[in-house]
Amino acid sequence: MEITREEIDHLAKLSDFSLSDEEKDSLGTDLKNIIGYISQLDELDTDGVEPTYQVFEMENVWREDEIKPQEADREALLNLAPESEDNQIKVPKVL
Amino acid sequence: MKIATKEISAVSLVKEALEKAKRCKNYNIFVSLNEEAALNRAKEIDAKIARGEDAGHLAGVPYALKDNFLSREGNTTASAKILESLHAPINSTTVEKLESEGAIMIGRTNLDAFAHGSSTENSYFGPTLNAYDKTRVAGGSSGGSAVAVAKGIVQFATGTDTGGSIRQPASFNGVYGFKPTYGTISRYGVVAMASSTDCIGFFARSAEDIDLLMQICAGQDEKDLTTLPDYYGAEGQSLSPQRIGIVKDFDLSHVDPAVKKTFDDKVAELKASGHEIVELSMPALKYALAVYYIVVPAEVSSNLSRYDGIRYGYRSEDAKSLDDVFEKTRGAGFMPENKRRIMIGNFVLSSGFYDAYYLKAQKARTLIIEEYNKAFEKCDFILTPVSPSPAFKLGEKVGDPVSMYLEDVMSVPLNLAGLPGLAIPAGETESGLPVGLQIVGPRRSDKALLEFAGTIANQAKINEENN
Repeated sequence: MEITREEIDHLAKLSDFSLSDEEKDSLGTDLKNIIGYISQLDELDTDGVEPTYQVFEMENVWREDEIKPQEADREALLNLAPESEDNQIKVPKVL
Repeated sequence: MKIATKEISAVSLVKEALEKAKRCKNYNIFVSLNEEAALNRAKEIDAKIARGEDAGHLAGVPYALKDNFLSREGNTTASAKILESLHAPINSTTVEKLESEGAIMIGRTNLDAFAHGSSTENSYFGPTLNAYDKTRVAGGSSGGSAVAVAKGIVQFATGTDTGGSIRQPASFNGVYGFKPTYGTISRYGVVAMASSTDCIGFFARSAEDIDLLMQICAGQDEKDLTTLPDYYGAEGQSLSPQRIGIVKDFDLSHVDPAVKKTFDDKVAELKASGHEIVELSMPALKYALAVYYIVVPAEVSSNLSRYDGIRYGYRSEDAKSLDDVFEKTRGAGFMPENKRRIMIGNFVLSSGFYDAYYLKAQKARTLIIEEYNKAFEKCDFILTPVSPSPAFKLGEKVGDPVSMYLEDVMSVPLNLAGLPGLAIPAGETESGLPVGLQIVGPRRSDKALLEFAGTIANQAKINEENN
């Protein structure tokens, strides 16, 4: 399956990253090869088979909804942000 | 790992480990060393022991931490630019448990960025070199941890295994590497890759050492709701001869002759020592790699959407608008392999392709799990190679993603089914490269599997040459 430049642009948009023209070329080739490989699943008959999304044996692990002391305080978390001001994380103007 | 004697001090052990780490600098094993904090902890432990207090089962034992585990000591990078300076305000549960038993983290080890890879060449900090041949890869993604143990720098190291990232580098460097049953060890505080297959595990020089680490680290954790209720115990059972399955659908004609010989020799040895060899037919296994490279990128694309340059990590300096922050940060912050996986993930999940790829893969996954269930009615453990070849040359596969992915063909099926698997050192090539084998067990057979391995394999050797 060929991957067009438009499809690469669309996937880059879904992935939220900018790509150089060089990257687009090499990713186009790589994606074509990878999709070619995974397409071999076509030959496997899966009619009537239930999908498995997780291999954990349990479901609905409940806990009480209560506030517990947190290991990391507000300052420690804010310090992780590339930019913060007045106890808030700073981002470029949105509107 | 019996260290808690007064004959040797924690400080001298830590100093020795740090010196070895520095002598091995050209292998690029560590992303960062934890010198000051490690020495301080060692002094505390020596003081505890001097006061006659219990300093824990791992008192003073130096260890290496794969750099995708959060620890309050130093920065966690996941070997990715986008996380280059994350100083975590919490400890992962594994770090917490190891340190409560007195273990001392001496450094953080290199990996393929976000654990995407099978060679550690996808690291932002450059590749880690193989412990036995500096022109070859360490394997991956936990390459740094494997080489740290193989070089005798530390007694053990942590790893993560999503599709072989512990077992393959263990095999390439001649040490033990264990991936437990899915859900056995808490993943709290570990950088997520693919949540339905990610597991925490260990590198060490014997199955017995790994058993001790499992006793300490396994168990339910309220901070990770995908941990199983406690099942891993201290008490073992005496093992009678086992039924060992060998998969006849694995075509060994394409694997390296040294790998095939190591496998055949071990099968003959097991037979001679009274174990029964059972041939298994598992035709769906050959689709496991295709399933893996659909399911895992899908989960990767979701898990890596959190790296947005807003709350932590790197932010692009030339971002003007909010969209710019996302796109430029992620564009510059991810390695090419991260981008491939995120894009493949978005491809197989996008409308029009979801049924043909993602849903189809999850159905095929059911068939693979059913094959394992049937196989374990006929045998106790399955023996396979870890990977088709010993350590390959640096640069040999990095430009060809599919050939790199084929490295994982024998390791990924377990992850899809959540089964435990152990790489054991088992042989070597004519030029002296290590060759490992993989023992696979049913879910929650972890303890028995490690005990069985202890009866059929020897302690790993250390390669101190060139240190």
